[in-house]
Amino acid sequence: MALLEVSGLEVRYGGIHALRGVSFTVDEGHVVALIGGNGAGKTTTLRAISGLVRPSKGTVRFAGTDITTLAPHKIVARGLSHAPEGRGIFANLTVGENLEIGSYLRRDRAAVAKDRDHALSLFPRLKERLAQNAGTLSGGEQQMLAIARALVARPRLLLLDEPSLGLAPQMVQLIFKIVKTIAAEGTTILLVEQNAHMALAVAHTGHVLEVGTLVTSGPARELAADDAIRKAYLGVH
Amino acid sequence: MTKFVQVCLNGLTLGSLYALIALGYTLVYGVLRFINFAHSDVVTIGAWMAFVFAGILGWAGTDSPLIAMPVILMLSMAVCAALGFTIERLAYRPLRRAPRLNVLITAIGVSLLLQNAGQLKWIFGTQPQAMPKLLSEQALFTLAGVKVPVVDVVVVVLAFVLLVALQWLVFRTRLGQAMRAVSFDERTAALMGVNVDMVVSYTFMIGSALAAAGGMIYGLKYGSLLQSADSVWVLLGLKAFVAAVVGGIGNVRGAVAGAFLIAFIEMFGAAYRSPQMRDVYVFGILIAVLILKPGGLLGKATVEKV
Repeated sequence: MALLEVSGLEVRYGGIHALRGVSFTVDEGHVVALIGGNGAGKTTTLRAISGLVRPSKGTVRFAGTDITTLAPHKIVARGLSHAPEGRGIFANLTVGENLEIGSYLRRDRAAVAKDRDHALSLFPRLKERLAQNAGTLSGGEQQMLAIARALVARPRLLLLDEPSLGLAPQMVQLIFKIVKTIAAEGTTILLVEQNAHMALAVAHTGHVLEVGTLVTSGPARELAADDAIRKAYLGVH
Repeated sequence: MTKFVQVCLNGLTLGSLYALIALGYTLVYGVLRFINFAHSDVVTIGAWMAFVFAGILGWAGTDSPLIAMPVILMLSMAVCAALGFTIERLAYRPLRRAPRLNVLITAIGVSLLLQNAGQLKWIFGTQPQAMPKLLSEQALFTLAGVKVPVVDVVVVVLAFVLLVALQWLVFRTRLGQAMRAVSFDERTAALMGVNVDMVVSYTFMIGSALAAAGGMIYGLKYGSLLQSADSVWVLLGLKAFVAAVVGGIGNVRGAVAGAFLIAFIEMFGAAYRSPQMRDVYVFGILIAVLILKPGGLLGKATVEKV
């Protein structure tokens, strides 16, 4: 059974029909990439899953239960973490406090400390900056913090929204290396990216989203080799 | 010298009063980004509830037991916390996603409702009342020739204790961390598992409880309670609001700093220049701060997104 089942999802912002019936599943232990251009509805899909926007139609099932109408904080409690677009770092809190609030709902202090240490071992740079205000971090470091903060919630499913956005190529490489590590450790990941090349390289399955509809789906390797997709999203002519 | 010390003492008590009220404005602004114009009416109700509870409990004078003041304070704070919770739940929460202006107009509506409801015969009525003198006006000690009455000491100590408690709550507890997170970015806070509605409710309850303490302090210090729509209350709330803005609205420490700053300037201006001009000094500082440092003394400059 799939860990996440999205079926017939529709979202409207006023008169704009942002999602027009999107369906896909994410299997436990897999990395699924959602690629597409600006305004295709990638971020909206993630927001509808994590409860930030209420879909007008369709359902989201997570681990067998319907979470479509649950409030975001109740969805997090079920093991679904969302590292939002633009990183969503609390610039008025320290790096350490940002990590603390990532484990807001957890009561098992010893296990949290372990997960925090593990997250910091993935991003040693954050360790040096724990007492620093998070607003002073560079873009790449903020992205590291956003991922580390999502990990200390110990999610079963991690939603990553454009982790490579606005980062230097070297930093993009590093972030994707970590995403691979996290996946290899058993966390299921739904990854939204404009950088289709990198996303398809780490994913098992890929979906291409165009103006609110899934147009192509398939194993990531096949999509990466598909001529039409290479032309549209991989910048290969 | 005596005059100077006396004015300082007055500034200290008035500043404590302003600080307790200013915090309610700044806390609510911090999490919801709007000015709760009904806040000064919660102060009024806090003061009147202290009067009502003193009557119910039969504590009318300085012969009341020592416990009278803390008990009445707790009751009044509890009633106002419940009132703050109710106001947010019924009036503001349905408008959470509405344009800012709608909420502002609603706040003014709530304010008018509370002011006028308070005048009803079966609530507080329209007659001014004398606040029971629960604290002695006798001097506790004399400082440089100035008699320091018990009530002043209690006012300052109480404000100090509440301010420290609030500081601890905001910067050292899980709820405080959630409040700061919601204040920065409500959506992302929700993604961390923070129940935003609950944090907002707590914020209103805390702000309103502090308002009740401020109202009671006002009653104890100045003795008389005018009817709930009287401009005295409006002016009190307005000055506390000025304190919050001068300190940097949304900033807890700024509200306290702003409160003492305007209280001292008001008192020194009244004592050494002209007592008729005391309100002018307060609003003069507001204008000066808005021109020179619009974000407030401890606030950060923000760029309005257009």
